[in-house]
Amino acid sequence: MLSAEALRHVFGEGGGQVVALDGVSFNLTPGQTLAIFGPNGAGKTTLLKVLAGLIRPREGVVRVTGGRRAIGWIGHQSHLYEHLTVRENLHFWASLYGVPAARRGPRAALVLERLGMADRADQPVWSLSRGLAQRAAIAKALIHDPSVLLLDEPFTGLDLAAAAELRVLLGELRGDTGGRVVVLTTHNVDEGVELATDVAFQRHGRFVHFAPRGGRGSAEIAAAYRRAVVDG
Amino acid sequence: MGDLWAQAWAVARKDLVLEFRTRTALLSTVVFTVLVLTVFNFGRDPTAVAAIDLAPSVLWVTFTFAAMLALNRAFQLELENGALEGLLASPLSPRGLYLGKLLANLAFVGVVQAIGLPVFVLFFDVPVGHVWLPLIGVIALATIGFVAVGTLFSAMVIRTRFAELLLPVLLLPFLLLPLTYAVQATARLLANRPLSELSGWLKLLAAYDIVFLGLASLLFPHTVDE
Repeated sequence: MLSAEALRHVFGEGGGQVVALDGVSFNLTPGQTLAIFGPNGAGKTTLLKVLAGLIRPREGVVRVTGGRRAIGWIGHQSHLYEHLTVRENLHFWASLYGVPAARRGPRAALVLERLGMADRADQPVWSLSRGLAQRAAIAKALIHDPSVLLLDEPFTGLDLAAAAELRVLLGELRGDTGGRVVVLTTHNVDEGVELATDVAFQRHGRFVHFAPRGGRGSAEIAAAYRRAVVDG
Repeated sequence: MGDLWAQAWAVARKDLVLEFRTRTALLSTVVFTVLVLTVFNFGRDPTAVAAIDLAPSVLWVTFTFAAMLALNRAFQLELENGALEGLLASPLSPRGLYLGKLLANLAFVGVVQAIGLPVFVLFFDVPVGHVWLPLIGVIALATIGFVAVGTLFSAMVIRTRFAELLLPVLLLPFLLLPLTYAVQATARLLANRPLSELSGWLKLLAAYDIVFLGLASLLFPHTVDE
């Protein structure tokens, strides 16, 4: 469903090169959620941009069943137009992802209902709070019913209540439609651990740890993260 | 091909709805156009140069600068909340994006010209009653070339600092040729010369459009590549 094979990417040329990805490989099937933890500058965003097809890696291959149309991506920014309503934004993105015109309305209604935003559908994006704007961004990512969901630091900028709400929401979405592949990145180990079926720690562009979460809780993951990333 | 046009239309429609809703850029550009024409009107000595001799140059200088303002905003819209990144990660082809922006820019510049032209006629008292159709043809041909190149450069500079300054510096040299052709054609039209005298300039404008539309759509994918 989503596989990465020996991904390598560097920014810059010659002596000023910065290695952003260095031999990253994994294979995920429906129902798996990979949480990637790493400090700032570890290459997490670059990895997600490579998976989303936004950056061509210098080496390695990404395979996504269904291609770009199968990917829903939430980056650091919402990708929403402030002066369009939430519904208009969803219709626009649905059209780009090839959702037939007749299905855009019902699909937008379904997604907004699912995210508890039905009553906000006709509000312009500029009038939404940070938490609601994040929900609208998730709605945008889900509008074409993607089988792969990429979430780059989805909790950044949210207050505690909004972050907790988002965790519950993402937990529910993971189980939708027979299971999606979800990849999420965060620099905070406490965030998103309970959503993950698999955990990776990224440092200097490399996965220094990649394993199923098993029964490990956030305290154990945090201890493993300290050993592998902070002390290592 | 159907997909390409559907995507282009989605982008163009979105841009026009945004513009209609905010109206900031459109109003500014229209006000700018009227002000430039006003400045030219009051800044010339009517006893030294006849209005009819000056009018074609004034019209095209005004339209060129107005188009520049309009083109500056084309990709500014996509900086909002990182929308450009979303577009590039979507199945939207770069050509679909270019075509969509081109259509929206043509509509935008067309509206500005539709308002600017009567003001120009009023200020310069030029006889356009009998040549209005060929005049619109010249304006349309020249505008397609302007906007084809301008849309490409607008995408090229959008992620640079001082994009608003860089765009005219890069774009103006490429507009010299269609500007010359358009001024020559307009001068002949306003002087009541036979249409056969214009055909050479019109062919040059059409050739410019074809070459630069082709080149711009070929080069555009490289300008938006991350």
